Amino acid sequence: MNWLLVVAGAAVGAPLRYLTDRAVQARHHPVFPWGTFVVNVAGSFVLGLLTGVSSAQAHLLLGTGLCGALTTYSTFSYETFRLYENGAKGYAALNAAGSLAAGLGAVWLGVEAAAGLR
Amino acid sequence: MGLRKELPVVAVVAVGGSLGAAARYGAGLAWPTPDGAFPWTVFTVNASGCAVLGVLMVLLTETTTAPHPLLRPFLGTGFCGGFTTFSTYSLDTQRLLSAGDTARGLLYLGGTLVTALAAVWAGVTAARLLVSGRGRHA
Repeated sequence: MNWLLVVAGAAVGAPLRYLTDRAVQARHHPVFPWGTFVVNVAGSFVLGLLTGVSSAQAHLLLGTGLCGALTTYSTFSYETFRLYENGAKGYAALNAAGSLAAGLGAVWLGVEAAAGLR
Repeated sequence: MGLRKELPVVAVVAVGGSLGAAARYGAGLAWPTPDGAFPWTVFTVNASGCAVLGVLMVLLTETTTAPHPLLRPFLGTGFCGGFTTFSTYSLDTQRLLSAGDTARGLLYLGGTLVTALAAVWAGVTAARLLVSGRGRHA
């Protein structure tokens, strides 16, 4: 059952990342990887919010599954590496520092909001 | 985007992402890290997923033979994307920092970034050597 919850959450989270990336990249900066940035920050915020939920099942479905698959470290690292390799070193540094700062800020906001709602 | 054209891609991303997330969940069950400890399991999951994606992207985008169009969404966007996670990384960092364990929190924050980038570089470099060794430009 636990495995099914993780799989069900990820089956929504991963395509949501793909579709968000497609939609965001089509509208925004052609070089800066806004799509991955947006899903990583949004997923961090939602996982922060989930700290206010006590149900273990909800954590498996929405945390480990949905947020885990919505966000990605591999694509984030690969895109940062490619920016650097292609000479866009400033953007590479901005993506790395910006993603870490915004992800941390978003998760903190989520945790605080969850604590405030309790 | 034409939804009908996107449907097979979305489907393989969902399947690959589910397999990746299940593998990450399994790793967490096999190697649980206690609260307040350095999150070694997620650290290792993220670093290894980055190395694998580095290898994959070279094999899928830098060779002369065109791979099946669904391989990249299945293995890269799906599996590696679902296996690695940014949200748990953010939350674990926030927990270490807010618990007052600033040194461990910053070490985890920066250590993951540096290791992940090194892993992508190592994967890309190894795969390029492999591809050129096979006589890509022959």
